[in-house]
Amino acid sequence: MNKLGLDPLVVQRARALAARAGQPVVDLARSHTTVSVERAVLRLAGVSGADSDGIPWVNRLVDAVRAEVGLGRGVALPVFHALATHGLDDVTVLAQKAAAGAVSFAVPESRAEVAAARRAARRATGAGLKIIDRRRAERERLVKRLGDPKQRPWIYLIVATGDIYEDIPQAQAAARAGADVIAVIRSTGQSLLDYVPEGATREGFAGTYATQENFRLMRAALDETSRELGRYVRLTNYASGLCMPEIAALAGMERLDMMLNDSMYGILFRDINPIRTFVDQRFSRQVHARAGIIINTGEDNYLTTADAVEAAHTVTVSQLLNEFFAHEAGLADWQLGLGHAFEINPELPESFRLELAHALLARELFPDAPLKWMPPTKHMTGDVFRGNLLDGFFNLVGALTGQGILLVGMMTEAVVTPWLSDRDIALQNVRYVLNGAGNLHEDFVPAPGGFIQSRAHEVLGEAIELLEAIVDDTMLNAIADGTFGIMKRPADRGKGLDGVARHEDGYFNPVTEALEA
Amino acid sequence: MTIVRPYGDTTGDGMVQLSFTLPIAHDKRAEGAAVQLANKMGMDPALLVHAKAMGDGFTFFVVYGRVSHLVDTDKVQVVERDFPLLSAKEINAVIKRRLRRRLNVVGACIGTDAHTVGIDAILNLKGIAGEKGLEYYRELSVTNMGAQVSVPELVETARAQKADAVLVSQVVTQRDAHLQNTRAMTAAFREAMPAGKRPLLIVGGPRFDELMAGELGVDRIFGRGTTPREVASYLVHALIGSTS
Repeated sequence: MNKLGLDPLVVQRARALAARAGQPVVDLARSHTTVSVERAVLRLAGVSGADSDGIPWVNRLVDAVRAEVGLGRGVALPVFHALATHGLDDVTVLAQKAAAGAVSFAVPESRAEVAAARRAARRATGAGLKIIDRRRAERERLVKRLGDPKQRPWIYLIVATGDIYEDIPQAQAAARAGADVIAVIRSTGQSLLDYVPEGATREGFAGTYATQENFRLMRAALDETSRELGRYVRLTNYASGLCMPEIAALAGMERLDMMLNDSMYGILFRDINPIRTFVDQRFSRQVHARAGIIINTGEDNYLTTADAVEAAHTVTVSQLLNEFFAHEAGLADWQLGLGHAFEINPELPESFRLELAHALLARELFPDAPLKWMPPTKHMTGDVFRGNLLDGFFNLVGALTGQGILLVGMMTEAVVTPWLSDRDIALQNVRYVLNGAGNLHEDFVPAPGGFIQSRAHEVLGEAIELLEAIVDDTMLNAIADGTFGIMKRPADRGKGLDGVARHEDGYFNPVTEALEA
Repeated sequence: MTIVRPYGDTTGDGMVQLSFTLPIAHDKRAEGAAVQLANKMGMDPALLVHAKAMGDGFTFFVVYGRVSHLVDTDKVQVVERDFPLLSAKEINAVIKRRLRRRLNVVGACIGTDAHTVGIDAILNLKGIAGEKGLEYYRELSVTNMGAQVSVPELVETARAQKADAVLVSQVVTQRDAHLQNTRAMTAAFREAMPAGKRPLLIVGGPRFDELMAGELGVDRIFGRGTTPREVASYLVHALIGSTS
């Protein structure tokens, strides 16, 4: 498929530049750890639950270890050394004792002690990884038995009541109405919590907290609905914010199928420290790779702040960077739900042709990635009739350019959280377009040298220019200078910086070791 | 003319359209129920033009019909905002032209309140309800101190950042914590800075009574549903004045 006449050498150059821009960030991620990476290690080693104030035991244990010996060599060695010296076999019990001040930590010095602690740590975290492997195999079995959606794109719908017990029937109803993927939006502000809440939750702000128990409850409910419908309904949540490594691990253990997981979203939109984000990102991507989870990146967000025509190339640049980081972390192309969106001002002449050009560019640059196609939000005004028309054109671009995952647009975007009828009308819109024009991509070939081809070439050219500038400037400086979006985010500022530690000699992380083996 | 009626295709026809969902399965009876609702809402005759089952036990309806109500435009009462609602572009332009430097905003959740939902919705680039937060405005320099900030820390930061405005969010209202925290905050600013040098003090949260500003010693209270643009428009209005 080469409908745009892209020059393979130019595409190659764009990828090479993305690799050069991204490599220093990978090096940075490989030489640092964070409190959340270490907590994810403990979660995979079986630490669960929270104290009476709701602070998870993984937080208490990492804080205790860090206070005594720092994070520079990882928590695995001091924790499993302490476990042996105290004659315990349950790390959660150790966490409880540590929280009560009854345990002291030291990094083992003798070779035999180090070897013993490493062995124990590998065994414990290996059990966690085995759960993830089993869950992945289980998904593959279910997909084989029940089947994938009959059509592409997969239809992606959101629920967000704040109460997991309200979310469940809504999600099941949405699946019955045709949704292939259900995303549970998180509570506002969860991304800035430096711990993962525990248990089933019934109170969220404009969304429901991501917790292990909520994951489990929703997955079980959708398994039931999948069997009823004879198609596997996928579940999505968010591995973003300060706890993304832990949430990735929990998602793997509870068989979530897709996770929002962008390399820069937290930095730009949540003012999370860049180094914290890149370290947490790499670990969470590695976990997603192992778990067979499809990631969804967040390029659509750039277009909600910047102009969708002027900033079109920043989407391409971010997709190329996300692809590089994803491949580096072991994700395969089928796991890359690279994001983009239909956000051009509809008043602009030729807006639909521009949208087509941009969407087709993403399709052709990443032929084997599913691509996540996001509906209009910025130019939805409350005029629901016009909104429904806009969503129809959005759906048409999705069908014409072979998008993999289509987030269903709501005509009541920016008006209310979707009503039952809004969702029904939106799905009717999608069905009409896919039914009437789902295979139109077979006939649709833009004229050589015409408007669509030229625009795609122009955007790719601008993307290459920007990548060159980022390579020269370094990515951390580019972020600090406000190259992406309009936010300036220097590497020494932002939330979560105090949870970052540089690796010292002898840093040991049994999970990273296994994931990179 | 101050008396008007809805307009379909003829002056005075009073025609309106309405759509809604009833939690009952679609059948003849459901359609009758929809017409009954429309009649009770004043549509007579009510013409049911569309009915469609949705999921289990719900039906969606579209009804067109005539209402007999008259509207007297002279008797319309609206509560006017006492400052103009500006676009992001206008806000940036006013600051640039009139203040000739960036306007400094410091925000925090004070006391033991760990709910940054409110302050983040107003300040974070992400924003809320499709509106970007104050960080989005080029001419605003925003310092978001996050949660559990002590009053002395807040005063110190406001001083260091030369804050033009201080935004405090309070969600927790147990034992009137939001009121006590706000009073402590305004007292500290009064003590630390002379009247002319004090930043604009703004407090927000879902449970505040917007009329209590004077009593709490703040310049403005924003309640539930406030958007970043309203806050930014207010800042420009209060600190810089009219936009002309």
